[in-house]
Amino acid sequence: MLEIRDLHSGYGEAQVVRGVSLDVGEGEVVALLGRNGMGKTTLIRSIMGLTPPRVTGGSVRWRGHDLVGLTPHEIAGRKIAIVPQGRRLFPSLSVIEHLTMLKGARVKTGWTVERVFGIFPRLAERRNHRGGQLSGGERQMLAVGRALMIDPDLILMDEPSEGLAPVMVQHLESIVLDLKREGLSILLVEQNLYSALAVADRVYILETGKVVHQGDAKVMAQQTETLMKHLGVH
Amino acid sequence: MGMNAFQLLNGLTFAALLFIVASGFTLIFGLLRIVNLAHGALYLFGGYVGYTVAVKTGSFTLGAIAAMIAVALIGLALNQGLLRFVRGNDLRQVLLTLGVAFVLNDMALVIWGGDSFTVPIPDALKGGLTFFGIFYPKYRLFVLLVGVLVLIALYLLLFRTRLGALIRAGVDDAEMVEASGINIRRVFLATFVLGSALAGLGGMMGGAFLSLYPSADSEILVFSLAVVIIGGRGSLLGVAIGSLLVGLLNTVGQVMFPELAYFVIFGPMALLLAFRPLGLFGKAT
Repeated sequence: MLEIRDLHSGYGEAQVVRGVSLDVGEGEVVALLGRNGMGKTTLIRSIMGLTPPRVTGGSVRWRGHDLVGLTPHEIAGRKIAIVPQGRRLFPSLSVIEHLTMLKGARVKTGWTVERVFGIFPRLAERRNHRGGQLSGGERQMLAVGRALMIDPDLILMDEPSEGLAPVMVQHLESIVLDLKREGLSILLVEQNLYSALAVADRVYILETGKVVHQGDAKVMAQQTETLMKHLGVH
Repeated sequence: MGMNAFQLLNGLTFAALLFIVASGFTLIFGLLRIVNLAHGALYLFGGYVGYTVAVKTGSFTLGAIAAMIAVALIGLALNQGLLRFVRGNDLRQVLLTLGVAFVLNDMALVIWGGDSFTVPIPDALKGGLTFFGIFYPKYRLFVLLVGVLVLIALYLLLFRTRLGALIRAGVDDAEMVEASGINIRRVFLATFVLGSALAGLGGMMGGAFLSLYPSADSEILVFSLAVVIIGGRGSLLGVAIGSLLVGLLNTVGQVMFPELAYFVIFGPMALLLAFRPLGLFGKAT
């Protein structure tokens, strides 16, 4: 349902994404791997309509409609949510405010505060803490919870495992699989190959703004040596 | 010559007026990242409109309402008609608001002339009260009360409503609010209109005890800038503390070192900027 075709995007003269084509199907988890500076975050920002970068060519089609040129809130309104790199919580808001600012507490359809607290009981315990007072894992849960409150069909996750302890990375993997079971599609940007292979249906590898390798995650899992070459040592 | 309770109250009531004006200034600065140099002109324009309506109708309340509505509308036109075309370009935004300040001041000069006006005080607030052995004008105590009420209202708005949560989130990270499906421009607009209305209210309040005259706008603007720089942009607590400091320092300066009155405010401000460039309660972005 997300079809990216020959997308070019960059910052002024610097083209960072140079002709990427990529698909995410209904209920599919797709991992996008690549080293730092290969264009992963630029691609995610371009899908979400965040500027800079500026899209200079190609298309991002979502359920048949082109998203290029729409504002981020219009894209979010089409049920695409983002869990950005570095979480980007709001230091001035409490945990519960992160969730209720997007949807009145009285709305009972789709994702509600209770449902988010249901999958992240830790957040319920810390409902009145501010974003800055949470641990790394709790911050990531809250970033996911905030994304869920727009009732997304697709979540763009930019390096969610970054900076997390191994046990939290495992927890995160199980959350991604839970969300997949709920029917959500997920485009997961990762540097961590094993974490990506653990949850993804398909994998794309990005190098200097182009897709250099793609395939089924199960097949890719047999070729970790080739993948390592692209990703550097992990 | 030392300070006495009378002068302390003068400082407090001036601080209350500064709070009304500067709270709108800091909300706009914090969220939209616009240093609105027309804020002083909005204050003065609001004062003139309030004066005219209060004189014509004989009602202070109607004057205050008219001042807020008129200035809110000017703010709406300024934001929708001009500022949104230069969004993201700080220098252009600041210069644009400076130009608007000149235009508003000249229009005020054409309409009201260069004389000094004082907004008529309602009968109930005329005269003074005697307490703790001092006699103090009722109206200035009323300004203090309005300042406290505005503080409470803004606190409830910012910390007890969804719009308030969105404004605070926007001060932290406007892009992320937008990426969460909120049309941040509407939040910007609401904030700009609210901040402008507060400038108008300030003009009405101040017009009755500081009086209204050409250049009153730049005086209040300079004080508001000091308040926001000391308190840190976008912070309600910051603007409250900043107003108190500036209001009291101003009185201390005028009473004890009249020749250095401005230095007493801007000296500490410069010192603060050197060690805490974001102000007392400001946050890095």
